[in-house]
Amino acid sequence: MKRSTLAIGALALAAVAGPALNPAAAQNEQFIPANFYWVGPYAPGGSGFGGGMIDYFAMLNERDGGINGVKLTWEKCETEYRNDRGVECYERSKKKGPTGATVVHPLSTGITYSLIEKATADKIPVISMGYGRTDAADGRVFPYIFPLITTYWSQNTAKIKFIGMKEGGMDKLKGKKIVNIYHDSAYGKETIPVLDVQAKKYGFQITHIAVPHPGNEQQSQWLQVRQIRPDWVILRGWGVMNPTALKAAAKVGFPRTKIVGVWWSGAEEDVIPAGDAAKGYIAAGFNLPGTSFPVMQEVLKHVYKKGKGDLEDNARIGSIYHTRGIVAGIITTEAIRNAQSRFGKGKPMTGEQVRWGIENLNIDEKRLKELGATGLMQPLRVSCMDHEGGGAVKFLQWDGRKWTVITDWIAADQSIVRPMIEASAAQYAKEKSITPRDCSKEK
Amino acid sequence: MLYREAGQFKSTYAQDQQIFPIRQDRIAIGLLLVFAFVVVPLIGDQYWLGALITPFLIFALAALGLNILTGYAGQLSLGTAAFMAVGAFMTYNFVLRLPWLGIIPSMILAGLCAAAVGIVFGLPSLRIKGFYLAVATLACQFFVLWALQRFGWFTNYSSSGVITAQQIVIFGVRFDTPAEKYLFTLAIVVVMALAAKNLMRSETGRAFMAVRDMDVAASVVGIPMMQTKLLAFAISSFYCGVAGALHAFCYLGTVEPEAYTLDLSFRILFMIIIGGVGSILGSFLGAAFITLFPIFLNIASGWLSHGFGVEISHATISNLELIIFGGLIIFFLIAEPNGLARLWQITKEKLRLWPFPH
Repeated sequence: MKRSTLAIGALALAAVAGPALNPAAAQNEQFIPANFYWVGPYAPGGSGFGGGMIDYFAMLNERDGGINGVKLTWEKCETEYRNDRGVECYERSKKKGPTGATVVHPLSTGITYSLIEKATADKIPVISMGYGRTDAADGRVFPYIFPLITTYWSQNTAKIKFIGMKEGGMDKLKGKKIVNIYHDSAYGKETIPVLDVQAKKYGFQITHIAVPHPGNEQQSQWLQVRQIRPDWVILRGWGVMNPTALKAAAKVGFPRTKIVGVWWSGAEEDVIPAGDAAKGYIAAGFNLPGTSFPVMQEVLKHVYKKGKGDLEDNARIGSIYHTRGIVAGIITTEAIRNAQSRFGKGKPMTGEQVRWGIENLNIDEKRLKELGATGLMQPLRVSCMDHEGGGAVKFLQWDGRKWTVITDWIAADQSIVRPMIEASAAQYAKEKSITPRDCSKEK
Repeated sequence: MLYREAGQFKSTYAQDQQIFPIRQDRIAIGLLLVFAFVVVPLIGDQYWLGALITPFLIFALAALGLNILTGYAGQLSLGTAAFMAVGAFMTYNFVLRLPWLGIIPSMILAGLCAAAVGIVFGLPSLRIKGFYLAVATLACQFFVLWALQRFGWFTNYSSSGVITAQQIVIFGVRFDTPAEKYLFTLAIVVVMALAAKNLMRSETGRAFMAVRDMDVAASVVGIPMMQTKLLAFAISSFYCGVAGALHAFCYLGTVEPEAYTLDLSFRILFMIIIGGVGSILGSFLGAAFITLFPIFLNIASGWLSHGFGVEISHATISNLELIIFGGLIIFFLIAEPNGLARLWQITKEKLRLWPFPH
């Protein structure tokens, strides 16, 4: 027993002495935490997205020496997609680097929720790109939270528009039956109210069917689908739930060409395990896959050719999750660049300054071309009122080998979404006694 | 040499019955409390207080609750996380709907709600034992989460089923910073741990242990079976409920029902198995091991790659962390099946003889 107590003592000593081992942080660096997940059921999403973001940072460091001479640094922290570990990683990373953590990408709706108050108090902006709390798009109530590019609600209106297009007009939706199969979590439930509103507006019937976490058993749900005989199924899955749903759909004979997935159901990792059952399946996306974009070529040239890439499996380069991470990298660095142009070029920015950078971000077509990301993502314009910025999605269809784009950018119906966002944000502000900012006074 | 009770004579019953009969223990506990209440908030930064020590205390309280039921009364339960969920969501509802009540009464009422749920799901314990009872308490785990997800009332009709904990205000004093929340948590945990320690030395506690050791014999000597078992369920659930409320209000801030899955119940069960079944101290040691050790491994692996320039892929490290952790659990269980608390007891006995063992 003595020996094991000694060992514990040695561990404790190491814990005290450990931080001294860390090399002193250089001053001209911008620290961005990489709190993602590389293990567990959602690892494909976490490692792909994280890998893409890190690859883009590495490319900027190699090619340009960072942003105006400020090197980008990052540190990985494993959140396991668990809220408590996510909070722990956030707390651990927030004081690192000369200016602390600059931007946090939680990559989990649950962790985003847990960070809203903490990050606002610490003045660290949270970018929840395509996930998280939808009503945070109202920047007056949520100054530090940015559900950029498109929220779940926006995306859902685009989905209904797409279905309307396929049916030959929105008026044709009347009397149609749509089933919403969702992951039974905060993430999955988020779109129920907006679907209900649209069902009333367009006169279609909506049925919500929950799939309990993790979703590898869906027989009864799809039997229910067979009884309802819907015209369309909206798949709001995550992780292992997606291929299982497609296989179950094949088993009950529901055509996959009538299943429309959310973007977290629309990656290679979601369809390949389903094999032939996935052929014809349609999913929304706010970023496109592929390595043909100039920015992807730059990443290949400066990072992967030198053996510094973050993804271990080269076949995943240019996959949906990877390019989504690249988009996250572009947005993050553009926000920092924007902040530098106001608060001092070539200096590391604080979280507060980067917050301004994100809020005044304007990535137009011209800038997209300069970045080499034309077509990879949509133009983005953020403001104090609107923390979402984009709102449009494209639809992709899986042909058995790769995703093919089948539509142009389809814009969200903000006339439905925005009032709901404002009402929901106002309720939050009331509960938390927050006085919304006056956007006309923001500079 | 220092740790020796020679010369400490007990001349009254009160002295003989105090919680810590040895003077050195009393001094150590006193110093520990001073350290926890005064020194820790002064030297701890936000990371230590907010991300490590506060969750450790909260899980220790939950483990303590389970230990009362499983360790002392011998009823195996897998519903711990569900009781925590009841505590968290009901506190939120009491504060929301009865704002004049105040946070502490809300937490107590929420704990009583958890106790009520515990009694209902403890009823099968009158007929079934051991693993079968564990399976019966699984029903509680699934039923509670199902109810929280299905009935909008619990989450105040939030579209995503998430609740955001309200601010903690007691008599106009706000508890906002991690240090303040830590002190709030610590105060509750200390009071409840003390209560548990005393309870286990009382007639009730002895009845629990009698039921655990042999329930037929216990009923023969006149211990009412139904009352004792249900009381154990109620007290245990109350502790878990309060731990859940603290988990939501002092730690995460925003919680969804999915935070209280079966996985968490198992983690708390592992805490008491590793810490020591039937020991108050063991709940704390086990909680420390399960919550803090993976984080320590995670940070240590970071130093390895920094300090020695060893490039290991992150995924390997993350998986390695789980492997080492699992290995250590097995090691501890083989080295000391009675848990870390037993290790501490052995150390104490050796200390009494030190430096001249027989």
